[in-house]
Amino acid sequence: MSEILLTAKNLTKRFGGLAAVDKVSLELVRDTIHAVIGPNGAGKSTLTNLLSGDLPVTSGRIQIGAQDVTGWRPEQIARQGLGRSYQKTNIFLPFSVWDNVFLAAQARDPQQPWNPLRWMRRAANSAGARRRCSAAIELAGLQDRRDAIAATISHGEQRQLEVAMTLATEPQVLLLDEPLAGMGVAEAERMVALLLRIKKDHAMLLVEHDMDAVFTLADALTVMVNGQVIATGTPAQIRADANVQAAYLGEEH
Amino acid sequence: MSATKSHLEVFPAGVKLVLWLGLLALLAFPFVGTEFYTQMVTRMMIMAIFAMSLDLLQGVTGLVSLGHAAYFGLAGYALAFLTPQSEAVSLWWTLPLSVLAAGAAALVIGFFVVRTHGIYFIMVTMAFAQMVYYVFFDNRALGGSDGLYIYFKPTAQVGSLTLFALDDKVTMYYFTLAMVLLVYLFLRRLLWSPFGRALAGIRVNEHRMRAMGFATFGYKLSAFTLAGALAGLAGYLWGVQTEYINPDLMGFHTSAHAIMMVILGGMGNFAGAIVGAFTFEYLLHVFKDLPYVGEVHLGKHWQLWMGSFIVLVVLFAPRGVLGVVQALTTRGARQQKDGDV
Repeated sequence: MSEILLTAKNLTKRFGGLAAVDKVSLELVRDTIHAVIGPNGAGKSTLTNLLSGDLPVTSGRIQIGAQDVTGWRPEQIARQGLGRSYQKTNIFLPFSVWDNVFLAAQARDPQQPWNPLRWMRRAANSAGARRRCSAAIELAGLQDRRDAIAATISHGEQRQLEVAMTLATEPQVLLLDEPLAGMGVAEAERMVALLLRIKKDHAMLLVEHDMDAVFTLADALTVMVNGQVIATGTPAQIRADANVQAAYLGEEH
Repeated sequence: MSATKSHLEVFPAGVKLVLWLGLLALLAFPFVGTEFYTQMVTRMMIMAIFAMSLDLLQGVTGLVSLGHAAYFGLAGYALAFLTPQSEAVSLWWTLPLSVLAAGAAALVIGFFVVRTHGIYFIMVTMAFAQMVYYVFFDNRALGGSDGLYIYFKPTAQVGSLTLFALDDKVTMYYFTLAMVLLVYLFLRRLLWSPFGRALAGIRVNEHRMRAMGFATFGYKLSAFTLAGALAGLAGYLWGVQTEYINPDLMGFHTSAHAIMMVILGGMGNFAGAIVGAFTFEYLLHVFKDLPYVGEVHLGKHWQLWMGSFIVLVVLFAPRGVLGVVQALTTRGARQQKDGDV
């Protein structure tokens, strides 16, 4: 019933003497959102970077489905079915919204850069990429901004574009690093609705500071402080956890 | 914000018109130009192929190579080695072989250099090119500092029938023009292929490309190899035209000139590289011919004038000559899109 799409076991990342991520284990399950919260510097972004392959792990294992992907490069992990967005907007600013998402969609097509026969095709003619691109743009609610240059759209729209690009590669596992960062109330509401729409069929890891959004969205929560997990559980369990209140929730609210 | 400035990839009608007029002028030129100028324009067209090959790296992929002349020169040397002192050899196999040799060298060197980024890429490409340069410069068997003569121009025969003779200046001119068009159409098509779109993506944001699943190393290595092979085509034609090849052709200055051509014309669309090569070579001709003013020979200091001109272009027309053409032909219709020129 609950299908585990990503497993991390005892993930550790050391920078010199500092354990930025210390023996973190978690499981991401299809159709659920797993939120990771914690104060600044808790190691949430580092954890995301370990899972996506942006940073090599010091120790521990990562599995996508049944495949061990520990030590794989980011592009290999992406092709294994993991898509991620970034805390700091990381898009193709000079390209149109459509071209941004289309490139992501194109990543799913077979890639043979050394094959001269492929040099003579038109990228835009890939039916699969067009379909994935349209679907992701529609899902992210950007259909009216397709032709706008990414640098010129609003911050909220750029965050939606981040998510659309992540979706266009048709990943099973989604890592979203603070998708609500810097958003106004209306924009944040739109993003929460978007995340609920894409929850189906995906296993999602959500790193987020906005507690209202986290408790609206999350099916499971992991609380990190100083690189370590201090609590894991359902939102209700976390709310009731004395450690969490002392270490985190109490301070901010 | 320079990060948001995209290259001119799709040409507005005005630019297209100018390019078509340019093609017509090139087609007609041998009928009106003297032999001297026909040869000069042939050289410009050869440099245009060289500049287009670099534009694939510099303009499209964002890899600035300061060693691109190595592949240009290697193909010229290949032709020199393949041509004996006693007879002419066939174009049909010396051309592909020379291009292949340049491509193979680019594949091997590219394997090491495309792992580096930014300033390191510039330094490493230059270091490899200097190595190639000194291998030829210091080696008598490879011609040494004097270089090598190419005793016969290659023949283009089918059976015993000579299709065309490259020692005829006008034939060489049209053969080179055909090569320019072929390379241009090939690269324009490639620009819109999945490969070309991925290269543009790598230029703008390689990190995100990898996160989406593109194995960018393979893309960059393929582009580097292809660019080296096309530079080889230009180097081969250079050898055919000048009948002489020397290490300077592989040197730092030749590489730097190509970079300036691409910047002068406008990056990332290949037409700009052609325009830039013509502009650069023409200015070279003009500046070197400048007279004495009193004691000072202005022509001797052509680098100074060329350098100043390029500084002006970079400051006032960052999209190069083609960008100026675009701005002039689309006067009132200029949008908020990318506000330069």
